[in-house]
This record gives sequence, structure tokens and C-alpha cells, in this order.
Amino acid sequence: MPLVKTPKASFAQKLKRFFFVDLIKGMGLTLKYNLGAIIDKDAVAGKGIYTEQYPKVRPDVAPRFHGAPRLNMDPETHDTLCIACNLCAIACPEDCIDVIAMDVEIVVAGKPRRKKVLDEFIFDTSRCMFCALCQEACPTSCLELTQDFELATYSRAGFVWNREMLEQGRETVKYTS
Amino acid sequence: MHQVEIATTQETLLDSPEMVLNMGPQHPSTHGVLRVVLRLDGETVIDLDCDIGYLHRGMEKIAENRMYTMIAPYWDRLDYIAAVSNGLVWVETVEQMMGLDVPPRAHYLRTILTELNRIASHLLWLATHALDIGAITVLLWALREREEILKIFERQFGARLTCHAWRVGGMPNDAYDDFHKDVKQFVNNFPKRIDEYETVLSENRIWLSRTVGIGVIAAEDAIAIGLSGPALRGSGVAWDVRKSRPYAAYADMDFDIPLGENGDTYDRYLVRLEEMRQSRRIVDQALENLPDGPVNAKLPKIVKPPVGDYYHSIEGPKGEIGCYIVSDGTAQPWRVRVRPPSFVNLQALRQMCIGHLVADVVAIIGTLDIVLGEIDR
Repeated sequence: MPLVKTPKASFAQKLKRFFFVDLIKGMGLTLKYNLGAIIDKDAVAGKGIYTEQYPKVRPDVAPRFHGAPRLNMDPETHDTLCIACNLCAIACPEDCIDVIAMDVEIVVAGKPRRKKVLDEFIFDTSRCMFCALCQEACPTSCLELTQDFELATYSRAGFVWNREMLEQGRETVKYTS
Repeated sequence: MHQVEIATTQETLLDSPEMVLNMGPQHPSTHGVLRVVLRLDGETVIDLDCDIGYLHRGMEKIAENRMYTMIAPYWDRLDYIAAVSNGLVWVETVEQMMGLDVPPRAHYLRTILTELNRIASHLLWLATHALDIGAITVLLWALREREEILKIFERQFGARLTCHAWRVGGMPNDAYDDFHKDVKQFVNNFPKRIDEYETVLSENRIWLSRTVGIGVIAAEDAIAIGLSGPALRGSGVAWDVRKSRPYAAYADMDFDIPLGENGDTYDRYLVRLEEMRQSRRIVDQALENLPDGPVNAKLPKIVKPPVGDYYHSIEGPKGEIGCYIVSDGTAQPWRVRVRPPSFVNLQALRQMCIGHLVADVVAIIGTLDIVLGEIDR
């Protein structure tokens, strides 16, 4: 197990300190960085620069990112994929999902049946932790947390998303340049 | 022990009584909402008291009303700088209660990602500690490296800070496609970066005069208070949960525990820098030997651990994070208690500060590496 050693001030070290070697070494390194930012071609091309010019340049958000919720629809029929099973609401630790279902009469093979369909879906993003447990609980890949991260609104009521907002997405101004 | 003679009753022409100074709760150097009440003689600290609880959210009580699988995202919010480690202690405790066999690939991925989290936490500590003392350059450099780790976290877990990284029985997803490449790139670049921090700080005369001999705590005192993590190892006590009670895949890893000699702020700085190098070594080894296979154990539909009480602890970046769960056989825990490293480490503040100057209090709070989310819970 290595011991960390506090530097003992030997004669050579005292001499170094007298000639400001420690400061010159540190300043040299920072100067190298400063010159690098000016001269380095990589830096000019954006490789050496770590600052993202948001909102002019939009960040590259990872595919797995847990952002704004969305209710997915069948791409062909545009019907909701939600089967109103309520599993997401049960899985949510913060209890911020309300699934409101209604019974409809349908006819299956000539016999009348009752079927539970989705009526309204309330998602309170102000209490959401974006833990993605609801997304994992969903059996039909309907509820999904998307890459959209701009969730600020002007009122508390704006944080409560209804079915229409969850399906169509919320209109936000995207400042580009 | 480093002790400074304090003249409390000085006979001067002008009467200079002791002064009580409030530091915080809104103070940039207390790293959160910590209030420190200082009793000063001139600029020397005679006594101090900490006032905590401003960030109390009742985590342990919340946990009593949630299912076992739901609590992990709350645990991220204890020590939000090291959310991955905090999530791991909850998940591993529940797994041990259930007697689950987690696949080796999950263990190795947990090792890699918690060690990356340790580096990220130490980098943020270095950034803020150096900023408190007056070195701004290191802040920018350390946050640059932390950003690379957070990008790996975002791609792997879907979040940067409070990741909700683990599930009971394994992981939510397998490693993403470029995981190996990204981590390897970080591992290869990182040693050069630590050398840069050392060039700027380790021999810098200002850094030395601000840290050497400041906030000394002897090994016996450190053990008596119950310090853990780098704060304990800075005093020369070889105690690391990764070695003494190996969890995840640490039993297969080859790494050293850095130890300090004097137990001062400078030694704790060196210990943390060396720990980052060792963490990098662990990540490198685990990445080379990463086994194939599933990442999830078979889990019953509802997690219901058997009746009993369990304690499990892991080595977080700040020290030993422990989790004590009492189960009554239902799907919700009956009682949960966290052993937070920052809370215990903060208790050493008074002993470390007495006799030093007010400016050193800032350095000592920085060296203890506290996170108030964990202290107040």
C-alpha cells in the first residue's frame, strides 16, 4: 500500500522555491493551454473547445436520455398504443401518473363485449424524477421518456401534461441562432 | 496533534472580546446549506458548532412508504455527486436480503461505473477545494474531465447526475455500443490530466502554505470519531471496504489503498489524487476482463425480502456508505437507516478547526468533502 509523501523541503527544493520554479512550471502549463486555444487547429475546428454554445448549437442528447414523456401511437393507424393497464401508475414512486380509463361496448365475433380503453392520461412532470420506471413497466412501449429536455413553463399548471400534450408533444420555441 | 496556543484573555489597551460569527447557511464555501457558528478571538477559531438540517427531505421515512424497487432513485439524491455509488448500496442490500445471484457481467459493469463515479466525485471535490483556496484553473480542468464521465453516464443510464443506475437484480440495460471505446479513451487520457493538476498544485507554495499542517487529525481521533474514506486514510489508517469486505467485482481487482502520514489537508489531497489513479487502474482491469452474459438476475414479480434486519456497506467516494433495512416480510421496508459518510466526517470539523484561522475553516470544510444532501437526508 503506497504512502503519500509530503515533500520535505530539501536544499534543492529550497533553491527551486527561491527561483520560483514551482510557479514558473504552473504558469508554463496554463500558458501552454492559452496558446493552444489560439494556435491549435483542433481547437479552432471545435475539437479542443468544451463549451457548448447552447441554445445556438443544440446539444447531442444520448438516445437513452430520460426527458419529456411521450405516449407513442401506432405509426399506421395512429391509435394510441396505451391499453390503460395502469402499470406505469403503479410503478411510479412519486405517484405522478393518472391513467383514466373508460369502458366501451364492442362486438367481438357477434357478441357484445366490454373493453377498457384510454380516456385521459395525466402526467405531472413537476414531481417526476425521470427515473424511467414507468417506461420499463409499460408492456406496449407506449409511454416513453424522450430526448426533449426543455420542460420549463411559466405556471405550475403547465407542468401537468394531459393526453393531447403527451401524444402531440408540447410546442416550445427552439432558439437556433 | 497540531495545537496553537490561544491567548483568550489578552490585556490590551483596547478591550477585544470574543466574537461569534455565523458562516452560512448561504455561503459559497460551505458546499451547501451548512451553518457554522464560529467563536473567534481575532481571526483564530476558539470554538465552533455546526447547524445542519436545512436540506432534510425525510428520505428514510419516504423509503418506508415505497416498494423496494422504487427506492433506488431516491437514494441517488442522498449524495447527488456520487449517485451511482449511492444507488448501488441500496440495490446490493436488497439483493443480499433476497439472496439473489447477480450475473458477473453486471458485477463488472457496476465496478467500472462506480469507479468512474468515484473519479467524478473526486474531480468535483478537487475543483471546489482548489477554488475555495484560490486556484481557479484547476476548477476548469477538473470539470472538463468530469464532463467526459458524465457523458458516459448519460449514454449508459440516460441521466447525468441522478442516474438511477441500477435495478434490484442487475442493470436496466446492457452497456451501450461504444461503451468500451468511450471508457478506454477516458482511461488512456486521464493519467496525463492528473499530472497536470499535480504540476499546478502539488509543489505550489501557496497551495502548500494553505494545506500543510492545516486540519490535522491523528489516527486515534479519526477512528474514535468514526471517520471513513479518504478522510480516515489521510491519517494513515488502512481501512477500505473494497478490500476488507469486497462487494461487486472488487475481489478480482488488483489495486492499492493510498495512505497519508500526517493527517493534514495536504495528505488528504494527495490521498484523493492517488485514489483517482487507483480507480483508473480498476476501471482498466475491469474493462479488460469484462465477461459476457446477461446483466439481470431472475427476479420475482414483487420483491418481498424475508423477515429480518440487514446491514451492508460499500466504499463510496466520501467514505463508507451503509444501509440498514428492517424487513417485516411485506413489499415495503419497515425501517431504513443510512450510514452517511459525510455526516460522520463532518463531526471531525470542530476538532480540526480549533486553533486555526477563519480562512482555514474554508479549507477544512473543503477537505472533508461533505455533501449536505447526504448529511441532512
